[in-house]
Amino acid sequence: MITKRIIACLDVQDGRVVKGVQFVDIIDAGDPATQAARHAREGADEIVLLDITATHEGRQTLLDTVRRTARELFVPFCVGGGIRSADDAAQVFEAGADKVSVNSAALADPMLIDAIGRSFGAQAVVVAIDARRDPEAADPVRDAQVFVQGGRLPTGRRVVEWAREAEDRGAGEILLTSMNSDGMRTGFDCELTAAVSESVGIPVIASGGAGTVEHFVDVFGRGKADAALAASIFHFGISSARSLKEELAKAGVSVRLPC
Amino acid sequence: MRVTVIDYKAGNLTSVLKALRHLGAETVVTDGDLALLEAAERIVLPGVGHFAATGRLDATGLTPAIRAAITRGVPFLGICVGMQWLYAGSSEAPNQKGLTHFAESCTHFSESNEKVPHVGWNSLEIRPNSRLLAGVEAGEYVYFTHSYKAPVTADTAATTFYIEPFAAAVERGNVMGVQFHPEKSGATGLKILGNFLSWKEAE
Repeated sequence: MITKRIIACLDVQDGRVVKGVQFVDIIDAGDPATQAARHAREGADEIVLLDITATHEGRQTLLDTVRRTARELFVPFCVGGGIRSADDAAQVFEAGADKVSVNSAALADPMLIDAIGRSFGAQAVVVAIDARRDPEAADPVRDAQVFVQGGRLPTGRRVVEWAREAEDRGAGEILLTSMNSDGMRTGFDCELTAAVSESVGIPVIASGGAGTVEHFVDVFGRGKADAALAASIFHFGISSARSLKEELAKAGVSVRLPC
Repeated sequence: MRVTVIDYKAGNLTSVLKALRHLGAETVVTDGDLALLEAAERIVLPGVGHFAATGRLDATGLTPAIRAAITRGVPFLGICVGMQWLYAGSSEAPNQKGLTHFAESCTHFSESNEKVPHVGWNSLEIRPNSRLLAGVEAGEYVYFTHSYKAPVTADTAATTFYIEPFAAAVERGNVMGVQFHPEKSGATGLKILGNFLSWKEAE
């Protein structure tokens, strides 16, 4: 039986894992290779590394980081942040990533999705979408607005129609972050996740808002998510992906155990 | 142990090489040097992506060289599209022939309400006497990402259920294939690659 995936996410800046609380007080949380290996050992089904560095020097540091992180990592490994062309993607794959995630660059040039998919296969392209509910819209959930630049810039695009376009262009998965829930620890946005998941035929990874085991149960049930991203949750009471999955199994969610 | 890994520009070559080296294998990569196949002790054909990419194996002369190596008894492992290529073909690229070591063809998952591609960790039901999967317990999880699959036949070494049962692994003598990604399947995957590296002709 296919299992629901728990994906550990590492935010990386200048080659170090960073942790921000509500986007301020960024603290150093260690070496990406060490952290990724620890999450894999502790039962994470997949690792996502998001580069929040914007500089050219930072890109070279990122490739070194990806290379070091991938070296002893034998679970799927996705890298996102600053991938603007098929060439950027090729470098990240060559360094050892299995998938790339694209966000702002895909909205600026949707053909980027087609280009990466053509060269590396649909399974290698994850389209990340940051969306905020739009109270002005006819349907505030399905018509949630898509933002870029780390949530600073509205695009005018609507979440369901953009997710469908991404699928049509050859995306293999959607990584959906609810800006309403992100950082709140009050639960995933299950309505938003379900609206997207039911509108596309490809897997949807839910992100933003996790605080408790029940939040994961909820997003896999009501939210119809195929996978969920766990970032800061491991710093706030749930000790590891394994312990999270053991609790999920007790609640009737199909997960990879033992792991 | 030296493993010849075939590069046909369709895949996560880096990940496969890493896993083989982690297990102590020496790896050589060929995208057309037939001498590397004539001297091969083990052959791995990785692959993610589109079945049409296997056309490159024909264009570079690798197909007959692989066939000859298999006939000599060289252990061969196809991964993902590399496994599908062992069959007659795939509806993903109807004009592209496979090796036809196995007579059947690969097809898209049947219409259903489930997501396709099948992405994630799913469990194996292992058939008795598989040497590739020796030591792997029923129900162990491995990582899949694919939209096309091979049918369950007498040569199937393990099945997985998603929408319908399909061949997760195939094995006949020295020719083996896995639909999942052993290089991305944690300890279970490494055990399977280790079995391939230590594979010997049955006595």
